[in-house]
Amino acid sequence: MSETADILVKFDSVQKSYDGETLVVKDFNLDVSKGEFVTMLGPSGSGKTTCLMMLAGFEPATHGEIYLDGVPINNVPPHKRGIGMVFQNYALFPHMTVAENLAFPLEVRGLGKSEIEDKVNKALDMVRLGGFGDRRPAQLSGGQQQRVAVSRALVFEPKLVLMDEPLGALDKNLREEMQYEIKHIHENLQVTMVYVTHDQSEALTMSDRIAVFDDGIVQQLAPPDELYEKPMNAFVAGFIGENNRLFGKVVSIDGKFCQVELEGGGGMVKALAVNIGGVGSRTTLSLRPERVTIGAAKGATENSLSATVQELIYLGDHIRSRVRLTGNSEFVVKVPNSHGHVHLKKGEVTQIGWEAEDCRALDA
Amino acid sequence: MAEDTVQGGPVLAADGTPLKASLNKAMRKNRIRALLLVTPLFLFILFSFLIPIFDMTFRSVDNWQLVELMPKTTAALADWDGKAIPEEPVFAALVEDLKNGAKSREIGKVGTRLNYEKSGMRSMITGSARKAVKVKEGPYKPQVLKFHRYWDDLETWTVIKRNTAPYTIGYYLNAVDMKYDKQGDIVMQPENQQIYGKLFLRTFAISLGITIICVILAYPISYLLATLPIRYSNLLMIFVLLPFWTSLLVRTTAWIAMLQSQGVLNDLFVFFGLVDDANRLQLMHNLAGTVIAMTHILLPFMVLPLYSVMKTIPPSYMRAALSMGANPLVAFVRVYMPQTLSGIGAGSILVFILSIGYYITPALVGGTSGTLISNQIAYHMQSSLNWGLAGALGALLLASVLVLYMLYNKLVGIDNMRLG
Repeated sequence: MSETADILVKFDSVQKSYDGETLVVKDFNLDVSKGEFVTMLGPSGSGKTTCLMMLAGFEPATHGEIYLDGVPINNVPPHKRGIGMVFQNYALFPHMTVAENLAFPLEVRGLGKSEIEDKVNKALDMVRLGGFGDRRPAQLSGGQQQRVAVSRALVFEPKLVLMDEPLGALDKNLREEMQYEIKHIHENLQVTMVYVTHDQSEALTMSDRIAVFDDGIVQQLAPPDELYEKPMNAFVAGFIGENNRLFGKVVSIDGKFCQVELEGGGGMVKALAVNIGGVGSRTTLSLRPERVTIGAAKGATENSLSATVQELIYLGDHIRSRVRLTGNSEFVVKVPNSHGHVHLKKGEVTQIGWEAEDCRALDA
Repeated sequence: MAEDTVQGGPVLAADGTPLKASLNKAMRKNRIRALLLVTPLFLFILFSFLIPIFDMTFRSVDNWQLVELMPKTTAALADWDGKAIPEEPVFAALVEDLKNGAKSREIGKVGTRLNYEKSGMRSMITGSARKAVKVKEGPYKPQVLKFHRYWDDLETWTVIKRNTAPYTIGYYLNAVDMKYDKQGDIVMQPENQQIYGKLFLRTFAISLGITIICVILAYPISYLLATLPIRYSNLLMIFVLLPFWTSLLVRTTAWIAMLQSQGVLNDLFVFFGLVDDANRLQLMHNLAGTVIAMTHILLPFMVLPLYSVMKTIPPSYMRAALSMGANPLVAFVRVYMPQTLSGIGAGSILVFILSIGYYITPALVGGTSGTLISNQIAYHMQSSLNWGLAGALGALLLASVLVLYMLYNKLVGIDNMRLG
């Protein structure tokens, strides 16, 4: 595998500090392959936007080197990096028409008039905005402005396109629609994209790989399914998707698995040993709500505990059941609304169980 | 639509009254409240601003002196054809008017008025009035002709006849360097007496110059203000506003201390050897003084609108332009600057209009080459007491500002102007 040839962006132990006292980004390493869609996901203040700004050239890295196509770009000014960018509030130039906005990157590159016109029309057609060229950005709806911003970042055919929370200002339906649209553009053009968002569902929908940021560090870098199903630490497990947490102490480790004694007198459970210290260390057990079976007979699953139903919320396709389990009353189980599913009542004591494979013992 | 109104008539509210009337009733209280809120300011502006302006503008065309103080002459001259010295009846009326005017001691006003048109007529009128008192009986024409040689001059009568009209454009002609010649035709003043046209031009040129200097000086500082972190920009803002809070007179006086030939600036220049002690720069009582001091005083009026416009431009625009491959200069000129045009427009129109009417600073540091049209207006208000001419000059100034404003509105659009 000629891996190095396929890598477009490389962050090599990059650090960033604004005030010289605290690091906003601590030791960031990331390789983005050509044609890949990588999302930097994290809560606000986690350093994800700072990384994007360093890649775009608007913020200098305090330490470390960023490579674009194998070339270090720390000293290349932003306008010479050839990176397309979509901003949070679109940053469409209000004094230019849509067509002029799209023509701008081509004009500054000194392209001919007819060529510019051609490319602008193609770019507008790509985002289904043909015929909108003469309008001002202010005359467009939020979704249309968004599409113009995307096509403006693509019109000069950059190797790399950065997107900084581009869908943040849209309402929910439009946001989902745009997610698919951006994904399709990515697939059609095979352009490399680095996307920043704090919205995990957005990240899961669109990305090839997701870098989960917290506290200036990449907590985990993995494809969406792996991130959801195999979180490597408690932060990722809690940040991506809904997650049940149980706290306990490691009693014994047996190869892949470990025995954990739950806090609050819940007894022993068997869990997958993912990210734990030695015997006696504290651990957080992570368990997805949909992997828990409710009303199962004792012994049918590797782990089985009794729980008291606290709350039932009817959500159509499933019933969200909040139960109390070893003193933890935030334990959530999703009961699918399938034929012949268990009918629970509030206050009822029932048996819940799960496989050891689905229960991940992570850092405390 | 049309059918609806024909069939249904006006839309009715629930109780059957027309909806419009019902709405009016509901809104009346709000309207009265709004009216009461503006009344004090409206009255203040009416008495302190609007009425004086109308009064002064009216004075520029008002020609009451002869009509009121020489009514008989005015009546007698009504049918005069202006081809030869008038006949006895006119002289009889003239003597009577002069007698009455001498008695009421108001004849001097007639003299002053006529003197604006032809110098020497004041002394002619006052002298004749004194002599007229002694005239007992007619025929009056030969006696009056001996009062003063002007009475035998057709031009004198042309001037008098012209000013028996209740309104005059004489002040305006004067204000644009024109006059009536002996035949009563409108001609330009002789070259060496044309002052107001030049002064108007100079006022506009100086104002334009100050506006341009203000834009050049204010643009970078506003940019800095708008882009610096808030704690620095607040401090900087205080420096900008500090002169704003200081009395205009104090600042102008400070500039006198700075600029005079034995002043701070010249001392520094001499100290550093930039100029010879014997040839200290003349920075005051000339154009330079006016421009320097007025630029300093008017700068905040440019900074504030520019700043408020720049403050609203997010940095992402520049970043977007850079990311698309525009170098910083191109990005600035094509993306940032166009968005600040409304601020430049607002600041320019403020500074320009303010400097066109500036008075105190040019009066104190302007000398002869640095005075503006407003100083001439003040001179005619305070010294020469020719309020008619002052009114005409003022009205022309007002009119030119309005024309410029309309021109600006057409070119830039007043809706695009943002003052903050």
